[in-house]
Amino acid sequence: MHTPDSNLPIAFEQASVIANGVTILDRVSLSLGHGAPTVLIGPNGSGKTTFLKLAMGLITPSSGRISWGTHGNGRLEQRAIVFQHPTMLRRSAASNVRYALNAARIPRKQQQARVDELLALVGLAALGDRPARRMSGGEQKRLALARALARDPTVLFLDEPTASLDPAGARAFEDVIRTVVSRNIKVVMATHDLGEAKRLAGEIVVLHRGRVLETSPAAVFFDSPKTSEAKRFISGELLA
Amino acid sequence: MPDHASAFDLLLSGDPALFAIVALSLAVSLSAVFVGTIIGIPLGALIALTRFPGREAVIVVLNAMMGLPPVLVGLAIFLALSHSGPLGFLGLLFTPQAMVVAQGVLVLPIIAAIARQTIEDLWGEYRDELTAMRVGALGCVWTLIWDARFSLVTAVLAGFGRAAAEVGAIIIVGGNIQGFTRTMTTSIALETSKGDLSLAIGLGIVLVAIIVSINALAWLARRAGERLAG
Amino acid sequence: MSSRRCFFSIAFALMIAFVSSALAEDRSIVVASTTSTQDSGLFGYLLPIFKAKTGIDVKVVAQGTGQALDTGRRGDADVVFVHARSEEEKFLAEGFSLKRYPVMYNDFVLIGPKDDPAGVSGGNDIVAALRTIKAKHATFISRGDRSGTNIAELKLWKLAGIDIADEKGTWYLSIGQGMGAALNMASASNAYVLSDRGTWLAFRNSGDLAIAVQGDQRLFNQYGVMLVNPLKHPTVKKELGQQFIDWLISPDGQNVIARYRINGQQLFFPDAKDPNA
Repeated sequence: MHTPDSNLPIAFEQASVIANGVTILDRVSLSLGHGAPTVLIGPNGSGKTTFLKLAMGLITPSSGRISWGTHGNGRLEQRAIVFQHPTMLRRSAASNVRYALNAARIPRKQQQARVDELLALVGLAALGDRPARRMSGGEQKRLALARALARDPTVLFLDEPTASLDPAGARAFEDVIRTVVSRNIKVVMATHDLGEAKRLAGEIVVLHRGRVLETSPAAVFFDSPKTSEAKRFISGELLA
Repeated sequence: MPDHASAFDLLLSGDPALFAIVALSLAVSLSAVFVGTIIGIPLGALIALTRFPGREAVIVVLNAMMGLPPVLVGLAIFLALSHSGPLGFLGLLFTPQAMVVAQGVLVLPIIAAIARQTIEDLWGEYRDELTAMRVGALGCVWTLIWDARFSLVTAVLAGFGRAAAEVGAIIIVGGNIQGFTRTMTTSIALETSKGDLSLAIGLGIVLVAIIVSINALAWLARRAGERLAG
Repeated sequence: MSSRRCFFSIAFALMIAFVSSALAEDRSIVVASTTSTQDSGLFGYLLPIFKAKTGIDVKVVAQGTGQALDTGRRGDADVVFVHARSEEEKFLAEGFSLKRYPVMYNDFVLIGPKDDPAGVSGGNDIVAALRTIKAKHATFISRGDRSGTNIAELKLWKLAGIDIADEKGTWYLSIGQGMGAALNMASASNAYVLSDRGTWLAFRNSGDLAIAVQGDQRLFNQYGVMLVNPLKHPTVKKELGQQFIDWLISPDGQNVIARYRINGQQLFFPDAKDPNA
């Protein structure tokens, strides 16, 4: 389905982000590659959102560098992101998706079919005409996902996608994520929900105070995390 | 207009002079607002979305211009449009067109300043999403203007209020010529100076009723719009 | 999207039409005249008759005499029609017109409160009345706006031997506005004010005011009309302007002026043929 991807691997080389004298990310070096989802976990303020924005290419590192694929810059138009608090455009749900399709330069003739397909994928087929701002939080998240998928991305970033959803909504969303993964789209997501991390992750990245504490395959991580901070985090203690 | 009738008598009897005055008032104010809107909203958007040296000074000046004294603006335009002035060759002095220019100058800063603030606020909300969706600069401007449309309509109504109520500038550049550049506000000024205070007040009530009606129409349009697209 | 485009193109077309209608040639002239002449209602009576005869639209811009003459100096009017002879002579001397035509006269009256605090009511000596008003510090409203009425008022103080600029006090209020505003103020503050008879008769807020002094020869108020010199301002519509002037001084025009009445009273007395006017 997807042509050989020029966005992956995403390589962080000693990337730091410093703003207003505060170090948000501190010399992060790792590589995000093809395959199963990479899940970022860590306490609030550990830099997860900034990490995702860096990987997306929305911000540039204060020092160090990020590169995508083999050519360095990758293809921005094939990366998409769903923010923690997505902004709905002041129009209907279907129009929001259509807007994203326009921005992705999908020809007008194909748009209606794509709108229907994407809304159906995220379970919003019945709400196409609803003003987006009047949808519930969970529905808006799903709409944001439909928008992100409109450009047929090869990499999808999700920032705490199920944070404000009830358990049923969260499960439904996770199902959609699984569908996305099955289409060979690389998912990089941040989450608070350790159960969700366990369910979805191929690889776990633990962030703490802007530094990568450890990275492990999920199967290994939850049984035996390498670092003691990670151990304490999993068992629910607040990290200092 | 006849000396003795009250404004309501004139309205009810369909006095052509009164209708001509009302029509001219609306034509001038609405034209001024139209010009102020098509220049002011893109201008406000431009200032909101770009960074350039002196930007903050520009914003302060733009905001301050909302308080331009109308009579001063009238005087400046009068001198410019006078046959002895730089734009005299246009022959626009003492015409309704000059009144549109004067009111346009008064209305433009209001619309532009409010548009700038509104769009700048919205851009803060939309910036990440639109950047992530790779929307180009012009696309961002259109999207912000469209999504901010209800607040922008309020800005336009503020401009209309200023234009419809204004008398100092248009009486100078228009000359308050009977049957030609006499509007509701200049008529009120004239009837007051002729001592016909009851006619002046009557005209004032008619003017206020028209302004309220236009605002009511705008409100209904907004309600309909909200129902369609939230 | 196309309905939006449609709306904009219609609005744009209307705007172009609106703007270009101003620039189109038409049979009209701009006459700079005074607020007192306008407030008397004379133009409302006179101009429709002129238009019916000639098809020429006369657009009157009413200002104070000084302002009206300045409008002529700037070339923003084709004809000036004012009532301050000394100022008109100055206008001629400066070359802004080639000829002054006397048209008509009316008179000024001293208006004051009915209860007459200065005790000058009923007289016909304006100079004596002004001296009394000053002596008693009775409130007096001056237009203070270089209008014909204002200029006449200042001349009368001079005739009374009073240097009003130096000798005025808080009883003398110079308001810088037109006749109607001055009368409104006199009515509201129980004051004396010099007015032309036309505006006074047409005024509808007289309250407690009445004529205090009238009939003095020195209250005589002469009107003159001048075509703005086309050599100074080529855009002046000289044929149409001259047509207006010629009609005003013709027997027909003079008759119309004489026929104008307020409350049955004749207001303006035609004197185009008077060599001394």
